[in-house]
Amino acid sequence: MSIANALRGDTGGQVMLSVLLVVTILVPVLNLAVPETSMWHVSTYTLTLLGKYLSFALLAVAVDLVWGYLGILSLGHGAFFALGGYAMGMYLMRQVGDRGVYGNPDLPDFMVFLNWQELPWFWHGFDLFWFAVLMAVLVPGVLAYLFGWLAFRSRVTGVYLSIITQALTYALMLAFFRNEMGFGGNNGLTDFKDLLGFDLQSDVTRNGLFIASAAALALGYLACRIIVDSRLGRVAVAIRDAESRTRFIGYRVERIKAAIFGFSAMLAGLAGALYVPQVGIINPGEFSPLNSIELVIWVAVGGRATLYGAVVGAILVNYGKTAFTGIFPEAWLFALGALFVLVTLFLPRGIAGLRLPRRAG
Amino acid sequence: MGGQVERWQYLNPGKTLAETLDISHTTLLYVEGVTVSFDGFRALNDLSFYVDVGELRCVIGPNGAGKTTMMDVVTGKTRPDQGFVFFGQSINLLELDEPRIAQAGIGRKFQKPTVFEQHAVTENLELAMAGDKRVWPTFRARLSGEQRDRIDEVLTIVGLTEQARRPAGALSHGQKQWLEIGMLLMQNPLLLLVDEPVAGMTHQEMDRTAELLLSLEGKHSVVVVEHDMDFVRSIAKRVTVLHQGAVLAEGSMDEVQHDPRVVEVYLGE
Repeated sequence: MSIANALRGDTGGQVMLSVLLVVTILVPVLNLAVPETSMWHVSTYTLTLLGKYLSFALLAVAVDLVWGYLGILSLGHGAFFALGGYAMGMYLMRQVGDRGVYGNPDLPDFMVFLNWQELPWFWHGFDLFWFAVLMAVLVPGVLAYLFGWLAFRSRVTGVYLSIITQALTYALMLAFFRNEMGFGGNNGLTDFKDLLGFDLQSDVTRNGLFIASAAALALGYLACRIIVDSRLGRVAVAIRDAESRTRFIGYRVERIKAAIFGFSAMLAGLAGALYVPQVGIINPGEFSPLNSIELVIWVAVGGRATLYGAVVGAILVNYGKTAFTGIFPEAWLFALGALFVLVTLFLPRGIAGLRLPRRAG
Repeated sequence: MGGQVERWQYLNPGKTLAETLDISHTTLLYVEGVTVSFDGFRALNDLSFYVDVGELRCVIGPNGAGKTTMMDVVTGKTRPDQGFVFFGQSINLLELDEPRIAQAGIGRKFQKPTVFEQHAVTENLELAMAGDKRVWPTFRARLSGEQRDRIDEVLTIVGLTEQARRPAGALSHGQKQWLEIGMLLMQNPLLLLVDEPVAGMTHQEMDRTAELLLSLEGKHSVVVVEHDMDFVRSIAKRVTVLHQGAVLAEGSMDEVQHDPRVVEVYLGE
């Protein structure tokens, strides 16, 4: 199916992707080609911040796919994001080589510190970029598929499902906090040096990561749009609205749910893999249940079951967070909670519901 | 799940569940000695019940007689404590789950009409259409010209051609009931289980529904559960009366109406 086909009738998506395209061209130009003294210059700090927002936007699209169209309120998508981030972090750790504090060419610093003699088996292969990227997508995908299959087969739905997804991310957080897990424990993975031979601190690399995030968001968006426009997408909405009816017309609901849930987790993992090199650290805090709840709010603010609404919500709420935490760091959670309440009461269809008619319900 | 049919499927390579159906004895559905208890209450009590190929059967009975529970058992929603339920000679329905039973050729209309409200009428029919319903084939599925014709045909049968593009949620109550019957037809089932098709309908709508159900007779076996006696009289050839989870009487409408046990049950209420 061509891109034009996928976007036919998706006005919101067309606008969103056009803006994304302009920003993706303009921001690197303003960062690299415009002198710092000019008022049009975009600082590398801002560029990196935007790149981070774009990876969050991809994560929000992944959440909207399962929440908006399949009716699964996942409060654990932060876990899939963090797993993707860890896979990328492991690659970046391996790239450090002997430039670590201890100068050990074979082991990351934290393993030397823990007196480990050799690399654990699950770290093998992560010195290869393609392998790390593959794992960043596959590990969350497979975990979500299996987790989903077990839950959906037992017909766990609604708030119960939300609670066990929350438990999943909490359990992973506790596990990753442990040094014995071999992922750097409390401190996580940090002090990265370079990616594919490019210095992570350089402006060119930062621009490359920004463009990669924008491209991943565009492709992820299109993939989700193609899914929701297919018959599979219509079956998903049917499951959301009348699950048992869908079963009685012959669909194996648990498999359809697990497949879409797994795909969504793969997108979340990809978003995590793009996030980590831009922020330069991944630690167990990313598994925090609060993160997963926060990203559901992004989607609610942007508007459920629109996909482009998720992008808008993620970027706006995170921009607000950056601005707000600069002024009142302690009050951010209250502001976020208030925002959620207000949106639920006065804007049940989110920002996207303000003017554009919704598609497919 | 899976069970016998799946285990022996290798003897019939490439055959779907519906193709393994054996109806050489002209009986399509066997319900034998089925008992279902809920917290000690016996909703079905050693119920035995048979439906022939192409037959239109009405099932009546006072509230709590077990009519809906019987449908739940046949469609896999409820598992009986005892008894057998076979579809044809070879398919043991108790070993299959809801989607597999649907794929084997049993369609069900619920008491409360349940259609996919957000989807257009045609989309409802498209989703119900018989075919490969696994994840990837569903993702790749495109409507062929033949399938479009089939959808148009069913729209005509249920009289919703003019509503084709409207969301199902915008239909009237009666239209939703017809759409649901249309969805059953798209599944191409051998057996249709229809629970209270005329509840809440006007007389005009009832007449149309009666016509619709009668037109299905012969091509499909149809089991109709209904409270409305006038409606049952207008369509029934054979009637089964359920009472306290078992068959009380069976026969033509006249025979059943004059059966003293049936009279007692209905007047005794």
